[in-house]
Amino acid sequence: MAEVRIELIEKRIGQKIILHPITLTVHDGEFFVLVGPSGCGKSTLLSLLAGLDQPTAGRILFDGSDVTDLEPRERDVALVFQSYALYPHMTVRENMAFPLRVAPRAKRLERNRIEEEVQRVAGFLGLSALLDRRPRELSGGQRQRVALGRALIRKPRLFLLDEPLSNLDAQLRASMRAELLRLHKELKVTTIYVTHDQTEAMTLGDRLAALSQGRIQQIGRPHDIYAAPVNLFVAGFMGYPPMNLLSARLRNDGLQAGPLHLTRPSDAPTVDQEQIVTVGLRPEDVVVAPATDSGNEGAGFGIVRLTEPSGPTLWVTAELNDHSEVVTISGSAQAGFVPKIGERVAVSGPRATLHLFDPTTGQRLGAS
Amino acid sequence: MTDRSFTEIKKRSGTIHLSERAWGYLFACPAFILVSLIALAPINAALWLSLRQQLPIFGIDEFVGARNYLQLLGDERFWAACRTTLYFTALSVSAELLLGFGFALLLNRLSDGAGRGLRWAHVMIILPWAIPTVVSAQIWAWLYQPDFGLLNYLLYAAGMTGGRIDWLADPDWAIHAAVVMDVWKTTPFAALLLLAGLKTVPQELYAAARVDGAGTWEQFRRITLPLLMPVVLIVLVFRTMDAIRVFDAVFVLTGGGPGNSTETLSIYAYKTLFQTLQFGYGSALATAMFVLAAVLSLLYLLLLRRHVQESG
Repeated sequence: MAEVRIELIEKRIGQKIILHPITLTVHDGEFFVLVGPSGCGKSTLLSLLAGLDQPTAGRILFDGSDVTDLEPRERDVALVFQSYALYPHMTVRENMAFPLRVAPRAKRLERNRIEEEVQRVAGFLGLSALLDRRPRELSGGQRQRVALGRALIRKPRLFLLDEPLSNLDAQLRASMRAELLRLHKELKVTTIYVTHDQTEAMTLGDRLAALSQGRIQQIGRPHDIYAAPVNLFVAGFMGYPPMNLLSARLRNDGLQAGPLHLTRPSDAPTVDQEQIVTVGLRPEDVVVAPATDSGNEGAGFGIVRLTEPSGPTLWVTAELNDHSEVVTISGSAQAGFVPKIGERVAVSGPRATLHLFDPTTGQRLGAS
Repeated sequence: MTDRSFTEIKKRSGTIHLSERAWGYLFACPAFILVSLIALAPINAALWLSLRQQLPIFGIDEFVGARNYLQLLGDERFWAACRTTLYFTALSVSAELLLGFGFALLLNRLSDGAGRGLRWAHVMIILPWAIPTVVSAQIWAWLYQPDFGLLNYLLYAAGMTGGRIDWLADPDWAIHAAVVMDVWKTTPFAALLLLAGLKTVPQELYAAARVDGAGTWEQFRRITLPLLMPVVLIVLVFRTMDAIRVFDAVFVLTGGGPGNSTETLSIYAYKTLFQTLQFGYGSALATAMFVLAAVLSLLYLLLLRRHVQESG
């Protein structure tokens, strides 16, 4: 168990900058998620933490001691790979025993102690019946658990997971998410988890860092990030369906986004009249109602382009048209209303939380 | 799909009604006949010959059954040739495997760094293998030449020997001189096969092993080596078969001498067949060599099968 400090870590390959200087602290025992689209540098950061790759500049500290120049074996970290990287020629037992078998001679356990440890971890992960199988005789979920077992058996100071669930089917992924949280609760090992899936990041992390183009965009608790994204990238990336980001003009009484009129939030920053801003509103705050229903103030009218039933909510993408501007917006259908594609609907955001961004810098406007 | 079109072809062929199986054999016939002509026929002829006593100069040609083989058992020169052959095989094959592994690891490491010198390294390593054995053996014969050869000159210049060693005429050195030449020539073959094997090992396994705490040696012993076992066995099969049948390398260098100290089975068989023209006995020698190679290959294949089953 350890506190991990990343100080101004930078990674370049040739002239290409993979990671801009990053500073980040992961607390002892925390479940920390690095989330971002592919190519954002999250896996590189994980490799640097594991010691598989060397940073161009900066330091990594575990519990205050510098490990930047240490080999992976000297760092006492465990890494679960996206592809699991199980040793194909070894049985499950041998795979899980591997880290103990190759431990430095002084620390190496006796043969029967290793077997005990394997049995203990296998029992913990429900692998006891599979110990003599080879990886290729296992299902995806079982391989996943063997990889976890191999990582856990050593009781590492730091537990690194690189997209460990992305090769599993949806149902298994959900149950493994719960399993991972249970493991983390019981073992309390500092965990850094890399994923491109924002749902995974939101549900798993104590805290998370959103990465894009080699930079940390925002660090915080999942809810805080969801409630107040600091820039357009985070706003568009976190949450599903993605937040609507519309170009809008500030008026005295509110915001005009194409045909849509939105009430100006009370805590809105003081900005010049007629200034153009980017306004973000989550699809769950946008109500799509029949066109005949004129109850909602400030509604814009448009044509349904796409419907996406997701059980409790029916997501609707509509095209609003007021002769001069076309605005595409996603919202949730009013309870009981099932619009058809091509149908005329009324779209409004009466109680929407509005997020205002500077359209040129992409940064959030205002205090919140 | 293919079944249907095949049925249609059969229908269209009209008068010829054969089962699918018969058609299969029919189509395999050309290949089978070819193999029979170029491989099976000579083998059968040699086997038949080995059961006869055939000495053209005396006009003798009679069936003697197993007599040639019985004579073989009591032939001291045959057993000496067996020992020489096995000694040559064991020494050269193990050296080729070890050196080949070394070169393969080196080349693999080089190609990780994507160096420009890599292509050249590949060419340099493959070159000895591309030269015909007779040619390279002759070059080595010059290197070994006692009075003007490069080897003696270099050793003398380095102060490692007092002077002249006649490598090919000294019964202790001669077979080793042949081994060195063979190793120089065929290590590239082992290296290339092993390099191809190394390329198939996923890099992620090494990353996993490093994080799991394995050092370089542990990575090699527990990951590289077991995953490369099938390739190693294939190298062993190929090289052992070749080494048991070794002829040109030794023949050009020493001709089997001094005395019969470097006489391998194939050289003994050659001399018996073509210098003393004992066709029957020579064929028996050739058959014995064939059996030896077959038994050893079978052993390797059993090992390979067991290994594949274990990791399967």
